[in-house]
Amino acid sequence: MDSFARLLHLSPPLAWMALKLLIVIGGVMGIAAVLTWVERRGAAMMQDRIGPNRAGVKGITLLGLVQLAADGIKFFLKEDVVPPHGNRLLFTLAPALAFVPAMLGFAVIPFGQSFSSGGQAYHLSLLDPGNGMGMLYPLAIGSMAVYGILVASWSSNNKWAILGGMRSGANMVSYELGMSLAVISIFMAAGNSPVGSPVTLEAYDPHRIVEAQEGLWFAVRQPLGFLVFFTCMFAETNRLPFDFAEGESEIVAGFHTEYSSMKFALLQLSEYIHIVTASALLVTLYLGGWRIPFVPNPGVLLSVAAFLAKLLFLCWVFVWVRWTIPRFRYDQLMFLGWKVMLPLSMANLLLQAWLMHGRGIA
Amino acid sequence: MFVFLEFLVFKTEEMEINLGPQHPSTHGVLRVKLRLDGETVVQCTPIIGYLHRGVEKICENKTWFQGQVWTDRMDYVAAVTNNLGWAEGVEKLFGIQVPRRAHYVRTLLAELNRIASHQLWLATHALDIGAMTVFLYCFRDREAILDIFEAFCGARLTTTAFRIGGLREDVPPGMDRMVRNFLKAFSTGIEEYETLLSENRIWKKRTVGVAKLQAKDAVALGITGPVLRAAGVPYDVRKAFPSAAYAEMDFQIATRPEADTYARYLVRLEEMRQSARIVQQCLDGLPEGPVMAKIPKILKSEVCEVYHSIEAPKGELGYYFVGEKGGANPYRMHVRAPSFVNLQALPKMTEGNLLADVIAAIGTLDVVLGEIDR
Repeated sequence: MDSFARLLHLSPPLAWMALKLLIVIGGVMGIAAVLTWVERRGAAMMQDRIGPNRAGVKGITLLGLVQLAADGIKFFLKEDVVPPHGNRLLFTLAPALAFVPAMLGFAVIPFGQSFSSGGQAYHLSLLDPGNGMGMLYPLAIGSMAVYGILVASWSSNNKWAILGGMRSGANMVSYELGMSLAVISIFMAAGNSPVGSPVTLEAYDPHRIVEAQEGLWFAVRQPLGFLVFFTCMFAETNRLPFDFAEGESEIVAGFHTEYSSMKFALLQLSEYIHIVTASALLVTLYLGGWRIPFVPNPGVLLSVAAFLAKLLFLCWVFVWVRWTIPRFRYDQLMFLGWKVMLPLSMANLLLQAWLMHGRGIA
Repeated sequence: MFVFLEFLVFKTEEMEINLGPQHPSTHGVLRVKLRLDGETVVQCTPIIGYLHRGVEKICENKTWFQGQVWTDRMDYVAAVTNNLGWAEGVEKLFGIQVPRRAHYVRTLLAELNRIASHQLWLATHALDIGAMTVFLYCFRDREAILDIFEAFCGARLTTTAFRIGGLREDVPPGMDRMVRNFLKAFSTGIEEYETLLSENRIWKKRTVGVAKLQAKDAVALGITGPVLRAAGVPYDVRKAFPSAAYAEMDFQIATRPEADTYARYLVRLEEMRQSARIVQQCLDGLPEGPVMAKIPKILKSEVCEVYHSIEAPKGELGYYFVGEKGGANPYRMHVRAPSFVNLQALPKMTEGNLLADVIAAIGTLDVVLGEIDR
């Protein structure tokens, strides 16, 4: 690490940070981009058809991956239409508002096992453990994503867009609660690091949460919470069966009805980045993060591979679900959010508290 | 008393919005003017006419033979049944006896077309509700039917399958095998649709109890077809006024008492199964003999009028002809298009419900705008 830093004329911490940034941003964007390809090819596979396989450079199509580049170029060349009676500033800002929070959520996720070299500990997450924000940060940032959609719908000055924005706002309010309560029971179960461990971590620190899943994953220990969180993730990312904000067959294209060109591409991409971030959250909270069952210390490479494998599988689940089940109705979603998910989440919280009390922990 | 607090009360107003004519799920160019209170539909007004081509007027200037071409373009997903109605109507007018073999082939093709039409309905209806994969499953299976039509008459969509007096050609060699292959594939295909939808909880949540239309209202509005039968009224023109070879076929009328979107889904699925049964019977019992009656080159009518109706996939499709003395073409032609009549039920089904239910209701009515606007 030191020689690498010297090569770049940077101090080792800074070089390490730059490297992590490169890995995280490049990785998330890369996965999101490939996910659009997976979505199309996966859908084609499920629907008994072929999917994109024509775009290619000198006949090299890479199973349709070149289509990604073709689409990117196409989006750049499209006319960028701004609706005449909309709010131009907000209209331009909205895609960024949707994109950035989706990206930021990843900052605290530990995507591999920490290691030490030359007496220095290196943590595989953008923000080192013990930063005081922990898992609260992605939840807070995740809630910001709704502003992107609301601003997009408001500034479009389009009735369909407004309907989409309203749905999305209501959606977010009804699901964040259940989701947050599910996460609180994770914090409870994780508990603070025992006194005497190298770094004392608060219960809500993602590193601590991964640490606490050494024996059993939280998905096994809190199946109810897992179910609630998993369902809420679909609402959070605006994917089928909860894609109300977009709701293609009902409200045309919802909040991005008026969007075109790269603005539209950015909105689309932010949906996929949301999927990646949401999957990463789910992996960290419930599926043991970078842990591999029965392997206490997998090491850097193996742990990153494990994290990636879980992440990609969950991303695939998002695609899988989208092409399998129909869409809920908007009022049914509210019903589900308030009358099923929230009580279930509360029940989970109480159950975990009772279990912990029974074990004499608190 | 609390007038000074008025500024605290949020003002709400109803929003008027056009669903269509350019909208992904209005099945063509239907325009529905909606008054929305939030997402609740206060008023729903279907506005039609975007696909008007004046088919009825055009047919007055076409001979009795040529008019059939225009019937293809009415309900363009069920061209064969439209052709059947026209051909039989004209034959009734002139008292032409059609050979039995031609009747069987007509029945076979019309029932295949009913399956194709219902498949297209299921595909788009499921797509509207958000189940995207059903869409392609249905299209995959429908392809085989279109191939059969192509083998029979060279066209896949606008078939003009029949001639006044019978068929232009006998069935081509190999069609028998194609139909049997289709029937085999269809019996597994329909299982797949059912696996994806019938017991799917989201599908049921979106369809059970949605867009109800009770039998009383349905009869009062003149609704026919699966929408009426799903309200528990066992009215089917194939049984009530059998034409073609329907009198010799053994099949049941599918009915359900619930009168909601899910019931209509079940009724149409059952109808597809019954149609497959009829196709099987036509195939097995196909009589030998000529396929064309002896008719003159030019048909000249007397002063007369005739109404003939058949059971199209969407409901009762009626042709009304008026002939004048020595007329080589209809003096007046009118079509009782089932989609047109059924669309009247839309306000009754949707007002007071949510926007998403309007989409479900349009889907469940199975309207084809080519037939509504003509």
